[in-house]
Amino acid sequence: MEFVGKILFMAVMAIFVQNFVLMRFLGLCPYIGVSKKLDSALGMGMAVIFVMTMASTFTWLIHTYLLVPLHIEFLQTIAFILTIASLVQLVEMVIQKTAPALYKSLGVFLPLITTNCAVLGVAILNIQSEYNFIFAILNGLFAGIGFTLVLILMAGIRERLERAELPASMKGMPISMIVAGSMALAFLGFSGLKF
Amino acid sequence: MSILIYSVLTLGALGLIYGLGLAFASKKFYVEIDPKIENINEILPGANCGACGYPGCAAYAEAIVEKGAKINLCAPGGDDVVKLIAEIMGIEATTTDRKVAIIHCQSGGKNNTNFKYDYQGIQTCKAAILVSEGPNVCNYGCVYQYDCVKACKFDAMSIDYNGMIIVNNDNCTGCGACATACPRNLIEMVSIKKRVHILCASHDKGAISRKACGNNTACIACSLCVKKCPKDAITIQDNLAVIDYEKCINCGMCADVCPTGAIFDPLKEVRAEKKAAAKAKADAIKKKLEEQKTEQEPEEK
Repeated sequence: MEFVGKILFMAVMAIFVQNFVLMRFLGLCPYIGVSKKLDSALGMGMAVIFVMTMASTFTWLIHTYLLVPLHIEFLQTIAFILTIASLVQLVEMVIQKTAPALYKSLGVFLPLITTNCAVLGVAILNIQSEYNFIFAILNGLFAGIGFTLVLILMAGIRERLERAELPASMKGMPISMIVAGSMALAFLGFSGLKF
Repeated sequence: MSILIYSVLTLGALGLIYGLGLAFASKKFYVEIDPKIENINEILPGANCGACGYPGCAAYAEAIVEKGAKINLCAPGGDDVVKLIAEIMGIEATTTDRKVAIIHCQSGGKNNTNFKYDYQGIQTCKAAILVSEGPNVCNYGCVYQYDCVKACKFDAMSIDYNGMIIVNNDNCTGCGACATACPRNLIEMVSIKKRVHILCASHDKGAISRKACGNNTACIACSLCVKKCPKDAITIQDNLAVIDYEKCINCGMCADVCPTGAIFDPLKEVRAEKKAAAKAKADAIKKKLEEQKTEQEPEEK
């Protein structure tokens, strides 16, 4: 029971309280870039969940069984980036083969996950927080879900904003920025949660 | 020292494993791309300007092959690109020749046209021209109640700040609905390749039509253009010069001599630029030759 409680606590922490986009400000590029349409936001979110979970798994393994025994932890960043980049390439190939429509709607943003700081961030935070293997994977999963949640919320709002009557100077990016700021403020409210 | 060796070996090994894995995956998940798409993508200018309505040249190439998009949408590529794409796709390049609407009146829009009276009736051209031969002084010109704009289903006609009707050639499908709607038959469907037009429909005598026209761009039937045209494409029919588009070669000489500016030639600047470019090139070659000459001369001595 304690285990389940811990997982739940972790989920709430990663998705709401320490949300990657709105509280840690990681992965802002796709947050603004892919949130124009609900469909592509969902696709991007799924890709990020997948990549984050996989990245957490592999980077934890590499860190624990390769870097730590050899005392070369200082190679953390470069080894992680190498791992993540290869993973994203793999994901891209798989998606192109299995779901061409999704591949097209993601467009340039799929390769951009390679250099997404949110993915590298979750990998490094796993190590810093000294999670064990299971928790590292779960943290990656929850962080991805948190990212997807925010992305979808943003896409939903922006789809409606398209039809809203706005002053010309506020149309497009400016109002998106304001919405993003308001969302960050709203998510700040979660930091008062106590268990 | 061991740390150095370990780091090099570890990163090298990681890179090698990932590389092999990706190489294997790229074989396994290889997606066959239609070679036509690649070929067309190479032909397209690669500017990714989006003028075709697709996100980039690659997307347009794909749309041509898979969705049967029109091959003549690439504005920067021009006719050459269309011809090459047509060759790849095995279709004839004649699709570039489509008809668009030309409005044969440019009296300067609703704000500039000379009106006899302020028409307040039903807001259609058909009704307006019934009241003492129309509200404007010119009995042949546009009355600006915009029946043609209303008839256009493709959003190809718009009204500018002067009340002028502007045809957007990109949207115009050549359906001719506007031509049918115009009660004064001012709209003609002309091949998009023909660029020089006589934008007057007045059959009045020169003095009358000139006075009547709000923009002073009426055809006064002076027949200067008839004499100038190298292809004999222009004839005067009942006090109005008319271009035979079959013979017209877009040379624009008629527009140059027209005293009233009734002949519209959008290619004037393009032609001037081309001329200047050709001249600059010729000058450059001349200069080069002279330089070579001066270099050679001392050697001969």
